[in-house]
Amino acid sequence: MMQTASTIPVAAPDRPPWVLPHRGIVGMTCLIIAESAIFIIFVIAYIYYIGKSLSGPTPAQVLELPILGTVCLLSSSFTIHFAVSSLRKANFRGCTLGVTGTVLLGAIFLMTTAREWYHLIHDFGLTIRTNLFGTTFYSLVGLHATHVAVGLTMLTIALALLLSGRLRQTHADRLEVLSLYWHFVDGVWVVVFLVVYVLER
Amino acid sequence: MTNGHPVLEAIDHTLEVKNRPPLNRASEWVSTVDHKKIGLMYIAYALVFLIIAGLQAVLMRIQLAVPNNHFVSPQVFNRLFTMHGTTMVFFVGMPILFGFGNYLVPLMIGARDMAFPRLNAFSFWISAFGGVLLYFSYLGGEGLYGAGSAPDVGWFAYAPLTAKAFSPGHSTDYWTLAILLSGIGTTGTALNIVTTTICMRCKGMKMSRLPLFVWLMLVTSGLVFVAVSPLTAAQIMLTLDRYLGAHFFDTQAGGSAVLWMHFFWIFGHPEVYILVLPAFGFVNEIIPVFSRKAIFGYPAMVAASVGIGFISLSVWAHHMFTVGLGPAGNTFFVFATMVISVPTGIKIFNWLATLWGGKIIFRVPMMFCVAFLFQFLIAGLTGIMLSAAPFNWQLSASYFVVAHFHYVLVGAILTSLFGAFYYWYPKAIGRMMSETLGRWHFWLFIIGFHLTFDFMHVPGLLGMPRRIYTYEAGRGWEWWNLIVGIGAAFQVAGILCFVWNLLRSYYHGEPAGNDPWDAWTLEWATPSPPPAYNFAVEPTVFSRRPLWDLKHPEDQDENYE
Repeated sequence: MMQTASTIPVAAPDRPPWVLPHRGIVGMTCLIIAESAIFIIFVIAYIYYIGKSLSGPTPAQVLELPILGTVCLLSSSFTIHFAVSSLRKANFRGCTLGVTGTVLLGAIFLMTTAREWYHLIHDFGLTIRTNLFGTTFYSLVGLHATHVAVGLTMLTIALALLLSGRLRQTHADRLEVLSLYWHFVDGVWVVVFLVVYVLER
Repeated sequence: MTNGHPVLEAIDHTLEVKNRPPLNRASEWVSTVDHKKIGLMYIAYALVFLIIAGLQAVLMRIQLAVPNNHFVSPQVFNRLFTMHGTTMVFFVGMPILFGFGNYLVPLMIGARDMAFPRLNAFSFWISAFGGVLLYFSYLGGEGLYGAGSAPDVGWFAYAPLTAKAFSPGHSTDYWTLAILLSGIGTTGTALNIVTTTICMRCKGMKMSRLPLFVWLMLVTSGLVFVAVSPLTAAQIMLTLDRYLGAHFFDTQAGGSAVLWMHFFWIFGHPEVYILVLPAFGFVNEIIPVFSRKAIFGYPAMVAASVGIGFISLSVWAHHMFTVGLGPAGNTFFVFATMVISVPTGIKIFNWLATLWGGKIIFRVPMMFCVAFLFQFLIAGLTGIMLSAAPFNWQLSASYFVVAHFHYVLVGAILTSLFGAFYYWYPKAIGRMMSETLGRWHFWLFIIGFHLTFDFMHVPGLLGMPRRIYTYEAGRGWEWWNLIVGIGAAFQVAGILCFVWNLLRSYYHGEPAGNDPWDAWTLEWATPSPPPAYNFAVEPTVFSRRPLWDLKHPEDQDENYE
C-alpha cells in the first residue's frame, strides 16, 4: 500500500519538537553579512589610501571628532532595544517612546553629518574630486549615512504603524529584525569612527 | 514506482485550469512569486543568453580560425570577448544555477515555497533587467561622447582602462550598472536560499539529512554574500569615479590600478566556486541514483564543500602573480591555491567510491556526469599547474589560461548542467527528454569540447596571448586554432540537438510520471510538474533518502545513518 510522504509511521515518539529559527532574523543576518563585505571593501580602500593623497587638505587639517553624532547614534541602539523589549511585553507606551527616541537620535546623527559635510565643502573646499582623502572619506561616510537614512525611513514607518495602532505584540519579532539592522549600522559606525576619525587623524 | 500520492495529486487536478487565454497566462508568469515558475524563468533567460554569448564565441573562433583574418574588426573583437565573458558569468552561469536552486531547494527540503517569495520575484526581475541593460548598450552605449557601443574593457575591466578618459561614452557604464543589478539580484536570491534552507525545512529534515545539492546551494549562497558584495562595492567605486570624479582607480591622482584587481578577484575567484559548487550538487544527486547506491561519505562531502567555500576566499591573488606580489604574497597564494585541491580531491574520490560496485545505468544524465568527472579532473590539474607562480609568470594571459578556465566552465559546469537538464526536465515539464537526441547531443558536444579546449592549451604553451584579434602566419598557431574552430562547430551542433530536444520533448516527450528515475529525494514525491505550493501536507522525513524509506518500509535508511 502506498503512503504519502507525510504519513510514514513514526517509530520513536520521543523525537524532540521541530523548531526552526525565525526566518526574518536569519534573512537579516544574511543581509548584514553581505553588507559587512561591502563596508569592508570601502574601509580597505580608505586605509589603503591613507596618506596617499597628492594634494591637501589632509584629514588632520580638517576633521573634528563627531562626538555628538557618535553619542547619539550609539545610544540609539539602547532605545531601539528598549522599544523591542517593550513591545514583547505589550507595553506600547514604552515602545512608542523607544522608537521615537531612536528616530530622533538617528536624525540628530544625520544632521551632524550634514553639518560636517557642509563645513568641509564650504570652508575647506574638500569634495569627492579634491583628492584621494575626499574620495574615500565621502564614499565611506556617505555609504554609512545612506544606511542610517534607510534605517530611519524604516523606523519612521514602524513609528507610523505604532501610532496608528497597527503594530501589535505579535510583531515584536519583526521589530527585532529591524533593530538588528539598526545595531549593525551602529556597529559599522564604530569602525568608521575608529578608522576615519581616530586612526587617520 | 508509478504514481500514488493521492493527497499530493489532489491539489494538482483541482487547481489546474486548462486553456486560459495567452495574455492571462503571460501575466501569471510576470506576476508570479512561485519558486518553480521563477526558477524556470531564470533558466529560460539564462538559456537565451547562453545562445547569444555562445554565438559571440563562434564569431571569435571564426575570426581566429585562420591567420590575418579580417572577418571582424579589432574593435568588434574587443566587444565580443567582453560581452561573451560578462554574459556567460553574470547572465548565464549565475542565473541558470540559481534557477535550478530556486526550483529544487524548496522541493528537496519539503517546503511549500521560498522563505521570501516576493523578494525572490524581485531578485529575478532585477537581474533580468541587468542583462537587458547590458545588451541595451549596443543601442545606448554611444551616448553623449560619441564613442563605443558595447563595452570593450574585458570581463574583468582592469583600471585605468575603465576611466572616463580611456572609455568615453556610456558603454562601460552599462557594463557597471548591469553587473551592479545582477549583484543585487544574486545577493537577494542567495539570502532567500540560505533562509529557506535554514528556516523552511520540513519535519525531520535535519541539516545532516539535507540533500547534498541543497548543502552546496547553501555554501554557494554563503559565498555570494562575501564574494559578490565586494564586486558591488567596487562597481559603486567605479561609478563614483566615472560620474562624480572620484579617484579610487585614477592613477593620475594617486589611485591604484592594482586595488581594482584585488577587489575584482576577491569576487572573481570565489565566483568560480559559486558557479562550480552547484555543479557538484547536480553530480551529487545524479551519480548515486544512476549507480543505485547512496552517496559515499556524505559527511566528508559536506565538510569538503564547506572547506572549499572557505579556502576559495583566500586564493584570489593567484590571478595576479604577474603584478609582483612579493615572495610572501606569492607563497601564500600558491599554497592556498594548492590546498584547495585537497577538498576537491576528496569529492572526486567520493564520487568514484559511489560508482564503485554500483549498478551503473548509462542514461544521458549519467553520461554527462561521467564526462564531468574526467573533465573536471583535467581542469583541476591544469589549475594546479597554473597555481605555481613561476609557471604562471610564463603563461599568464595566454591561451593556456583560457583553455584551463573553459575546461572548468564548459567541461565541468556546463557539462554537469546538461546532465541536470536531462535529469530534472521530466520533473519540471512532466515529459521525458528524448534519449536518442540526448546521445547525439552528448557525443557531438563532448567531441567538440575536447577538440576545442584540449587543443587550445597548445597555442597557449606556444605563446599565443589571449584577446588578440588576429595573428601572423608562421608562428605555429594556425593549425591549432583551426582545430579549435572546428571543435566549436561540433559544440554548436550538439547545442542545436539540445535545444531541439528541449522544444520537441515539451510537446512529444513520453509522459514522465512522478519518479521516472526511481530516485530518493523529496522532489520526486510530487507530481510532475509539481503543483503550486508543492506539498498538500508537509512531509516528514526520517533519513537522507525519504523516498527510499517510502519504497522500502522493511529496510529504513535511518538504521544506517
